Amino acid sequence: MTLRILAVDDSRTMRDMVKAALASAGFEVHTADDGVHGLEVLNECTPDVIITDINMPRMDGFGFIESVRSIDQYKQVPILTLTTESAPELKQRARDAGATGWIVKPFDRDKLVNVIRRVAA
Amino acid sequence: MDPMDEIRQTFFLECEDLLQALMEGLAAIEGGDEDPETVNAIFRAVHSIKGGAGAFSLDELVKFAHTFETVLDEVRADRMELTPALMSVFFRSADQLSDLVEAASVGDSVDAERMNAIMLELDALIDSDGSDAGEVEFEAIPLDFSMDFGDVEDDLPAPGGDSWTISFKPHATIFERGNDPVLLLRALAELGETEVTCNTDALPDLADIDTAQSCLSWDITLKGETVSEDDIREIFEFVEGDCDLTISFGAAADALPEIDLPPLGAPDEGEETGWELATPSQDADEPAAIPDLPELQEPAAAEAAPAETEKSSGASPARAESSRAGPTATVRVELDRVDRLINLIGELVINQSMLAQAVSNSGVPQDSPLMDGLDEFKRLTRAIQEGVMAIRAQPVKPLFQRMSRIVREAAAATGKSVRLVTEGEGTEVDKTVIERLSDPLTHMIRNAVDHGLEQTADRAAAGKSEEGTVHLTASHRSGRVIIEIADDGAGINRTRVREIAVEKGLIDPDAALSEAEIDNLLFMPGFSTAKNVSNLSGRGVGMDVVKKAIQSLGGRVTLSSTPGKGTTFTISLPLTLAILDGMLVRVADQTKVVPLTDVVETLKLNPSQVHGLSNADRGIMVRGEFVPLVDVACELGYRPPLDKLSHHVVVLTETEGGSRTAFIVDQILDQRQVVIKGLEENYHSVPGIAAATILGNGEIALILDVAALATGRNRLSDVIRAA
Repeated sequence: MTLRILAVDDSRTMRDMVKAALASAGFEVHTADDGVHGLEVLNECTPDVIITDINMPRMDGFGFIESVRSIDQYKQVPILTLTTESAPELKQRARDAGATGWIVKPFDRDKLVNVIRRVAA
Repeated sequence: MDPMDEIRQTFFLECEDLLQALMEGLAAIEGGDEDPETVNAIFRAVHSIKGGAGAFSLDELVKFAHTFETVLDEVRADRMELTPALMSVFFRSADQLSDLVEAASVGDSVDAERMNAIMLELDALIDSDGSDAGEVEFEAIPLDFSMDFGDVEDDLPAPGGDSWTISFKPHATIFERGNDPVLLLRALAELGETEVTCNTDALPDLADIDTAQSCLSWDITLKGETVSEDDIREIFEFVEGDCDLTISFGAAADALPEIDLPPLGAPDEGEETGWELATPSQDADEPAAIPDLPELQEPAAAEAAPAETEKSSGASPARAESSRAGPTATVRVELDRVDRLINLIGELVINQSMLAQAVSNSGVPQDSPLMDGLDEFKRLTRAIQEGVMAIRAQPVKPLFQRMSRIVREAAAATGKSVRLVTEGEGTEVDKTVIERLSDPLTHMIRNAVDHGLEQTADRAAAGKSEEGTVHLTASHRSGRVIIEIADDGAGINRTRVREIAVEKGLIDPDAALSEAEIDNLLFMPGFSTAKNVSNLSGRGVGMDVVKKAIQSLGGRVTLSSTPGKGTTFTISLPLTLAILDGMLVRVADQTKVVPLTDVVETLKLNPSQVHGLSNADRGIMVRGEFVPLVDVACELGYRPPLDKLSHHVVVLTETEGGSRTAFIVDQILDQRQVVIKGLEENYHSVPGIAAATILGNGEIALILDVAALATGRNRLSDVIRAA
């Protein structure tokens, strides 16, 4: 079955890159512009894996992860944060919010795909 | 196109938006905005540029954006105060960032000296703040998985033995974060041959099982000399902190502590022996923590689904609302495609008018359904045309924002203190016009700062505020776009302007010129008021070039000046470059088009109102005002000046400066939209003629350049000819 991915990032460039990388690996990719939009798209696409940026307007990545985790259906869906920050305290904050893992920008396509395969049930 | 090239293009497009947001945010803060979200937005803009730049290995850009961002982060975290001095650094940093983006987009590099200077300033801010944490942190490493594991005993494969021993006991939190032990075990199996033992000692009674708890632990033996500890750590990276994990190399399998953990008070009902990873599930009711979790999870998820659907539908109104508050959805379209559409619509407009003419010639009665349909067709054509024009229209905001930078630089170069006030930034103008307006506007803004405003000391002496102000305003006025550049400087020194014009042989020393005529000397080729050509306004570009650039856009530029109060330049531009509302007139058996925006009123010529010295130099009294009278046919050379005016019609026009001219035409034919067909490409600029159009009957009609025809009669031109 095709894995369905929801990628949330306020940067169009980053959305396009993630989409290009994942689509070429055969994933079905949906995108959203920020946390609030992400929650809307979530309902439409019921993703198998969620990738989210941290710094976003309206609702940031932490808020988005917490909101997703508060929905029963998505209690266990893998959520990866895709961020330029590699500071440990940010990783910890993401984990506390319920993130499954993290990928540092700029990302390597193959590794991103591997990580997704690794977390996706 | 290569997908990466396409994304690269997207990146630079996005950078434009981000830089705009950055400038907007900085301007808002300077204007007193204290909303923390504004600082956040600025931070995000720089951050996104950095993120994208990293993906394309634009190292210089990444480095600068990172430093800038680090300082912004200090402000964001309230560890640094936003002083005017700091704002100045931010503005310059934003300019530098913009330069870097532009340089990167064309594969160029920036002025290293300037870049280093501003970098040093930013670095100094970081250092003085004692926070340099971010400085070394960011490197453009693809996928950083290296983490500091303080408790790692040994990183090198130990001698002897050929397998890894891994003990893994997940905590309950592992599930809260969406990780799944079975996937980790699978990933391990991909590294090499594994032998997995599951420890079920802690498993409670079936009835007592809480699916959210973690009751199992695993011991794994992984064969493979090529596997490094890092490879294994990488697999467990995401669950670090959510499990007890020990990894050791070379330990014999038998040294494995089989039952290491004391039973946690649970009855020992689970099987003593471990499960092989591949063993099928023994109890289909047992959820969550057993290896073949996915198969079990599916039905559970399916069951939960209906309830979830209800919940989400209940929540949807709130979400729908938030989506409305969100950014408007946009589509990016290549300009070429829009232009093709615009050309087609132009043809459609011509076709529509030809059709209307053909139908009207055929003698169809006015109240017939055909005429109704034709009217509707005309209305729709017009609506489509306006819709397409709106696609090309863009707010002047980005253009104005660029000008604030020009003002900053010009102010710094001249040592003046200058404030730019912009108004009407939302005014929409054709994209091409905006692009082509950038250069002339830049020049005019520089002029305003350099020549318009006085030196600070002079201002103080004149009792003005030390800070000079330049107003940049955009607005729509009677179907045209008006852009005003107003300074509150000393105004034009007309005596000096006159002297220079005489010195340069532009005018006769005895010429009698009105104030407006003297002001207009500034637009003459070869005129430059600066005593010394400064490095700012100089550059060999005069106001005549500015005027030409604006005229090529179908626009006009005028100026007014009050001594001691300042100078205002007014640019007037057509809304679109493609279509025009025109009045069709008959002039010496030719059909001409007068742009409707220029027409004030039309009058029947009454010879008794005409006064003048000669046939070529006449005026007409209109409502108590004496207005110069121009015979269009004569001006265009179709016939010699008429001795007797009788059956003619007068079209009274007004140009932006407010000066009125009355044109004599033979007959007024109609009023309609015409599609502008440029002449310049084939015929160069023709004095008095703005462009041409094709009429419904296929006839070509010239569109009159009212302002040029009016000034053609201006005494200034006579003076120039004489000189």
